[in-house]
Amino acid sequence: MTDASSNDDQVLRVTDLRTYFPVRSRGLLSKTIGQVKAVDGVTLSVAPGETLGLVGESGCGKSTTGRTVLRLIAPTSGRIELDGDDITRMSAKQLVPLRRKAQMIFQDPYNALNPRHTVGTIIGAPFDVQSLNPAGGVRAAVQDLMERVGLNPEHYNRYPSEFSGGQRQRIGIARAVALRPKIIVCDEPVSALDVSIQAQIMNLLKDLQDDFGVSYLFVAHDLAVVRQIAHRVAVMYLGHIVELASREELYSRPLHPYTHALLSAVPLPDPRAQASREQIRLRGDLPSPINPPSGCVFHTRCFRAEERCTVEIPELREFSAGHTVACHFPMLEVIPGAVIEGPDSGLTPQPVPYIRPPSEVISDIAESGSLARAAGVDYVEGPDTPVPQ
Amino acid sequence: MTTAAQPFLSVDGLSVTFPTEDGRVQAVDGVSFSVERGKTLAIVGESGSGKSVTAQAIMGLLDRRLSVVTGHAWLAGRDIVAMSDDEVRHERGSSMAMIFQDPMSSLHPFYRIGAQLSEAVLVHQKVSKHAAREQALDMLNRVGIPDPKTRIDNYPHQLSGGMRQRVMIAMALINSPSLLIADEPTTALDVTVQAQILELIGTLQQEYDTAVVMITHDLGIVADIADNVAVMYGGRIVESGSVDEIFYHPQMPYTLGLLASVPRLDQVRAERLDPIPGNPPSPISLPPGCVFQPRCAYFDRVAGHACQTVRPELLDIGRGHRVRCHLDSGQRDQVASDVLAALAGGGV
Ligand SMILES: Nc1ncnc2c1ncn2[C@@H]1O[C@H](COP(=O)(O)OP(=O)(O)OP(=O)(O)O)[C@@H](O)[C@H]1O
Ligand SMILES: Nc1ncnc2c1ncn2[C@@H]1O[C@H](COP(=O)(O)OP(=O)(O)O)[C@@H](O)[C@H]1O
Ligand code: SF4
Ligand code: SF4
Ligand SMILES: [Mg+2]
Ligand SMILES: [Mg+2]
Repeated sequence: MTDASSNDDQVLRVTDLRTYFPVRSRGLLSKTIGQVKAVDGVTLSVAPGETLGLVGESGCGKSTTGRTVLRLIAPTSGRIELDGDDITRMSAKQLVPLRRKAQMIFQDPYNALNPRHTVGTIIGAPFDVQSLNPAGGVRAAVQDLMERVGLNPEHYNRYPSEFSGGQRQRIGIARAVALRPKIIVCDEPVSALDVSIQAQIMNLLKDLQDDFGVSYLFVAHDLAVVRQIAHRVAVMYLGHIVELASREELYSRPLHPYTHALLSAVPLPDPRAQASREQIRLRGDLPSPINPPSGCVFHTRCFRAEERCTVEIPELREFSAGHTVACHFPMLEVIPGAVIEGPDSGLTPQPVPYIRPPSEVISDIAESGSLARAAGVDYVEGPDTPVPQ
Repeated sequence: MTTAAQPFLSVDGLSVTFPTEDGRVQAVDGVSFSVERGKTLAIVGESGSGKSVTAQAIMGLLDRRLSVVTGHAWLAGRDIVAMSDDEVRHERGSSMAMIFQDPMSSLHPFYRIGAQLSEAVLVHQKVSKHAAREQALDMLNRVGIPDPKTRIDNYPHQLSGGMRQRVMIAMALINSPSLLIADEPTTALDVTVQAQILELIGTLQQEYDTAVVMITHDLGIVADIADNVAVMYGGRIVESGSVDEIFYHPQMPYTLGLLASVPRLDQVRAERLDPIPGNPPSPISLPPGCVFQPRCAYFDRVAGHACQTVRPELLDIGRGHRVRCHLDSGQRDQVASDVLAALAGGGV
């Protein structure tokens, strides 16, 4: 729909963004012993009214990208421009007025809302944070919003526990659109919902986009959901964007071997089509982002890898207009019915996930909660990816 | 012993109720299905439709003090529902086994995986400790754990999510059960790992000629691995049949609604999906007529308010296809062709 690369009226422009988390040794005198390269050189932009999908396996850095562009996590390096303003190094105070322009919706409608606040308080919070008094009062504005997202305005004084999962997601959405932001980062907003509810919420997000022209950075692992909602799609692997294209291009002419593998791993709800398609089986798991593989980060699982891939980092280059890919040997053909196997998992470095002790998880939740509140977001989000040791 | 023609598992009129403070929860109501060895039945439905409770009832995992199970579940001709707790425990892990979404529900966090696998062997087979460990090693190898000789001495937390899922499958299959019930085994996994796990289950199923019941909410998984499908809604089977019947000749408005709700990877759909309105029913206050009536777009086509007042029966419409709906066959065909035409005619 929009030509994202040429004009400069982008709502969000991210250049060479890196977010590294320090890995510390345990004990009293804990030292930094390494870095999790959660986001490692991401460049993307989102146009007004556009949805950019961000897909990839668990732990590839989607959520970290989403949170960093909202400055809920401090970037290690790179540049973030929100509606023309460079927000990369802004202080929390400087950021406050800009919070009106960018909001977030989280995955877990069960843990995401403060259970002690009424729906009215939750949806009205952005007005308080920004010290805004809408004409007609906050209550009327909130009830309008409730109506708009398909909630009964009479439930203004109810608590989140009295709502179903889908309704809670509507509450989160009402809150996010309250101040008519330019962009909303949606982190897996429909992943926890049943298919019928998921479709209702996707329709709602589309309607709001049509009405307000809001942009979405839509983080999801479900490629079918992303095809339904996104205009352009970025595929992430180990902190890198490996392919970025319009929806039509990405799903009909994927070029990166990883994109092929991801697409072919999704079973189609159509037995005959499913039995006759290209099947690429990746072996093993995602390598550790602490010690990412040399050269192309995908080479340990790639079925097309050659010597060159282990030493030379493939640059993200434009293959056709608006279609960029980071691969030395992009795939130009699809082989229906072919079964392609990735390298044996024995060769794949296996990550050893570190199960976080409950105390750490709690402090983490508290931390993201306070970050979220500082951002004018009334969410407390649970951890999704275990942090590797 | 069963012969190939007979189903290995035959569930007949299975019902489960939980007496709770809020009232009687009718979680499963008169569920019947059967599975042959080597075949896969998929049970599909939204959350709360009674899939997991059905599985737990068959596996004898429901606490008898907190639940009432009626009906029959014939396992190779013997009724599990009528068995004592000890008898069911013996069947579990030998002739039948279950895997779950969360592998830690089957694995003990403080024991090495090798010890847990060997223990499972020793409970059901009269073999030496050494032989049990050899079996454990062989099983880890079969489920595709890299470097099993090292991994056998790992604790569960030292493995990735996908590897833990493999170890749980190894646990379930180590005594080569004839029935495997898998309750959303890949829901928490990435699609790439999911594909590996589904392939693994399929391979082992062929090897051991296992009857598999796959519980899922994902129609893609159903299409990928099922021979037969049962669609559940509000504790009941509302439609069942071969995988081709369900995907290419669906008849029940709920099944049609599900198919219309899923976004497709391989097709351009209309900008807006056409989802089922409203929310799934609460098992405490089920509507008196058709359980799907409050969300159904077609109930007014049925004369005399039958949808609001009379529970439809599961009707056999031929080719092994059953439908629970008051619409007559002409009406059902009309509804189905309208919905399927709208789906095919989408287009972005
Ligand atoms: N606070 C943190 N401290 C250290 N490492 C972190 C932290 N947050 C995330 N990580 C690590 O950064 C990497 C990217 O995590 P992120 O949550 O962005 O992934 P994701 O793509 O959103 O995955 P998922 O699909 O599971 O949500 C992971 O390896 C994760 O363990
Ligand atoms: N132990 C229990 N006590 C009371 N209600 C239960 C219990 N277990 C399940 N239920 C209820 O039974 C219904 C069916 O649950 P379940 O089989 O888990 O659904 P699903 O199809 O999602 O697996 C749900 O409404 C659930 O809340
Ligand atoms: S650069 Fe090489 S290893 Fe990387 S995706 Fe392309 S072919 Fe595979
Ligand atoms: S019985 Fe009536 S309400 Fe139920 S699915 Fe059929 S038409 Fe709809
Ligand atoms: Mg995430
Ligand atoms: Mg369940």
